[in-house]
Amino acid sequence: MKTTEEIFNLLKDKFGESIIELKTDVPVEQFIIVNPLEIDKVCIFLTSNNELAFDSLMNLSGVDDANGETKKDEEGNTQTTGGTLSVYYHLESTSIRHKLVLKASTPRENPEVSSVAEIWRVADWHEREAYDLLGIKFLNHPDLRRILMPYDWDAGYPLRKDYKNPEYYQGMKVPY
Amino acid sequence: MSLDIENKTTTNEKLKTEEMILNMGPQHPSTHGVLRLELQLEGELIVNVKPHIGYLHRCFEKHCEAMTYPQVIPYTDRMDYLASMYNEFGYAIAVEKLLDIKVPERVEYIRVIMGELQRVASHLVALGTYGADIGAVTPFLFCFRDREKILSLFEMTCGARLLYNYIWVGGVSHDLHHDFLRLTKDFVDYFRPKIKELNDLLTFNKIFIERTANVGILPLDTAINYGITGPMLRASGMKWDLRKDDPYSIYDKFDFDIPIGDGRMGTVGDSWDRYYVRVLEMEQSLKIIEQAIAQIPEGDVTSAIPKRIKPVVGQVYSRVEGPRGELGYFIISNGTVNPFRVKVRAPSFVNLAVINELCKGHLVADVITVLGSIDIVLGDVDR
Amino acid sequence: MIYDFFYNLTGSQILAYVIGSLLPLFIFILPFALVAVLLERKVSAHMQDRLGPMRVGYHGLLQTVADILKLIQKEDIVAESNDKPLFNLAPVLVFAGSYTAFAAIPFTSAFIGSNIDLGIIFIIAITGLSVAGILMAGWASNNKYTLLGAMRSVAQIISYEIPTILVVLSLIMITGTASLNKLSEMQSGHFWNWMILGGPGLSLTKFLFIPFMIIGFVIIYISTLAEVNRTPFDIPEAESELVSGYHTEYSGMKFAMFFLAEYANMFAVSAIVVALFFGGYQSPFGYLGNTLHLPWLIPIEQFFWFIFKGVFFVIVQMWLRWTLPRLRVDQLMAVCWKYLIPIAFVNLIIVGLITVL
Repeated sequence: MKTTEEIFNLLKDKFGESIIELKTDVPVEQFIIVNPLEIDKVCIFLTSNNELAFDSLMNLSGVDDANGETKKDEEGNTQTTGGTLSVYYHLESTSIRHKLVLKASTPRENPEVSSVAEIWRVADWHEREAYDLLGIKFLNHPDLRRILMPYDWDAGYPLRKDYKNPEYYQGMKVPY
Repeated sequence: MSLDIENKTTTNEKLKTEEMILNMGPQHPSTHGVLRLELQLEGELIVNVKPHIGYLHRCFEKHCEAMTYPQVIPYTDRMDYLASMYNEFGYAIAVEKLLDIKVPERVEYIRVIMGELQRVASHLVALGTYGADIGAVTPFLFCFRDREKILSLFEMTCGARLLYNYIWVGGVSHDLHHDFLRLTKDFVDYFRPKIKELNDLLTFNKIFIERTANVGILPLDTAINYGITGPMLRASGMKWDLRKDDPYSIYDKFDFDIPIGDGRMGTVGDSWDRYYVRVLEMEQSLKIIEQAIAQIPEGDVTSAIPKRIKPVVGQVYSRVEGPRGELGYFIISNGTVNPFRVKVRAPSFVNLAVINELCKGHLVADVITVLGSIDIVLGDVDR
Repeated sequence: MIYDFFYNLTGSQILAYVIGSLLPLFIFILPFALVAVLLERKVSAHMQDRLGPMRVGYHGLLQTVADILKLIQKEDIVAESNDKPLFNLAPVLVFAGSYTAFAAIPFTSAFIGSNIDLGIIFIIAITGLSVAGILMAGWASNNKYTLLGAMRSVAQIISYEIPTILVVLSLIMITGTASLNKLSEMQSGHFWNWMILGGPGLSLTKFLFIPFMIIGFVIIYISTLAEVNRTPFDIPEAESELVSGYHTEYSGMKFAMFFLAEYANMFAVSAIVVALFFGGYQSPFGYLGNTLHLPWLIPIEQFFWFIFKGVFFVIVQMWLRWTLPRLRVDQLMAVCWKYLIPIAFVNLIIVGLITVL
């Protein structure tokens, strides 16, 4: 059973630059911030190392951090520039029974995160959902396409904070 | 009914095989909701199954950002509408962790009784509809007759039969009816022999075993890699139940078993095992209910409900063992009365992804068998 | 006897024949098909702890009248791309195939539709006519799913005719006649003269036959269940896969014909089983007419015994439908070719040996 601090030190030794920070002051759980483009290498290490053995990904969620600058344009819509989108990974080991939380933040303009779908197959659909609702592109994903919204939805990514419903979709009026 | 077929010939192989794409469309008598399965067939054998979901997407997560914390509870009901009590339970526990408040003991016991009754009701639907898909219509009606008794217990408590809005953050909305415990005990005594009747009628029926044993075998390492939880994982041989391995609420006070699949009719992890694990789990739930009824203390159930929920900035991921698997809530709070982000790790969403692996090499008729044994609810898959 | 009655009434041979052959159709079979629909709904409801139709008439007894009225006034939908001659002809063929079989089944000793020597072989041949009707229905609907259902149904019916014929052959070997009329007459007396208990007479061979007769009865009951597409063999009509199989696209009166043909078929096959094994129209205990010295009472009594036994087996068929799940297509074929046919063959050989020795 390792605590998040011990795992952080272990990863820092091995990966150095990719492991950015350990956040301890946020209730309820601590998490480790990782470079988004190196996260698949970190995860391979986490699964294959015998002392860590994180063989189960409990949850993968995309979050719009809402830390950019918002301004209202001429129509009264909010436009957000700057800021980040993040992906949180909740890992668990079924044999050793310890847990870990990772976070990867990527800029809003061009969000790209390495995919971990080859490591844990459960990430396949969760990453498709993060792409569908937030627009985060996962590199090396086997089949990245929309999952919950219709395949030809071109009005943006619904879960972003500055999302506005389109007027028409395929000739049907969207707002009720 | 919409079923259309196109023929596609693949000519870049030595033998000209005709691969057919078959659509088990969104409206179909057996796909438990609006789910579209695109089957790629070679003759009658399945090469590939692609599920298309999203027909029931109701933007739960976006709604949560506009509601206050207590207002989210009716929305959580409607996700997995056959196990509403557990959805509310999971959400209430998550927010209580964020607020760091403790609920009275009586509330914990009430939540456990409601949760376990809900588990029995949900499994009855799963088993009944599974039998109806295979062709045995009579057990379906027997299961629903017994489920009606549970629903009338719920109606006595909170007024609703399916979508309750009962378990609130910090407590429950109403105290129990004064007859509730007596009637629940009567129900437990009435239902135990009915499980045996269901076993005689369906579980050990030779034709049913022929249809379900060795169909859709899920090996254990595949299951863990795909994130499968709940009765599916237990049927593949792993003794993993969040009520014992990561205890929440007061489950550590009760004495119950975790049934796992042992492949006695076929292989470990086939559809029959998944079915039988659910039957055994109903028996264990009855045990928990009996112990809870015996131990429940008196108290006030609404005393710990906060007037205004405004947690500190932070995040929490908490999970409960729902009837379909691990139901997790990841809640990020930014210090206001509205949640900043609520992500639901829905068990049916995760369990459905493995259907491609399970159906390879089987016949078309087996897709229905496998889909029924996964036990999905489309409200949970799409949220 | 009835033929003579009508001949004396009308004075014309042809008219007497025509009325005589239409008689079972209208007195018994059509009303039975209507009653069977309601019977199935009530039997299934009571087995499932519910009540079934209760509103129309006293306890729902007039429900079938309501159903038939509804089906008669429904719009007859024929799609543009259907093959119209085949589409319209298919229900007629299926209906004819199942009703014609009644011509050779003896309802009572005073009346038989057609007293041919080939009896049972004629019946099995004519039920093959409905196979052609089913294929036409599946093809002409221009729906690849109904075609699939129709092909499965045809494969099922043709395969399961083989064990039926093998068991019938063994029975012909014992009795020496294929006419159901003569077979029923041979089983006269009390119930220990029935074929299931070895046949008429009292000899060693009779007791030797009993286990093989029972095996033959079980085989023929299962095979005829498969021939009428009842659960557990109802893959062609499986709701969870093919909606309604080969009669998906039919509506109104044409659908009613398929529907009634299925219930008449159920009675026909249970009538065959009764005539072969359970004494046909003979009563198990002797006749009231004999004790009261009223010879005209006997045919009426025989009619009632025949109906009673036939309906009993129909209810057993319904009982099986609502208890057992459905077999998959390959398992269905495996049951026929791997289990029923070898057992029927062995049965035939042993019965033949016993008859010769």
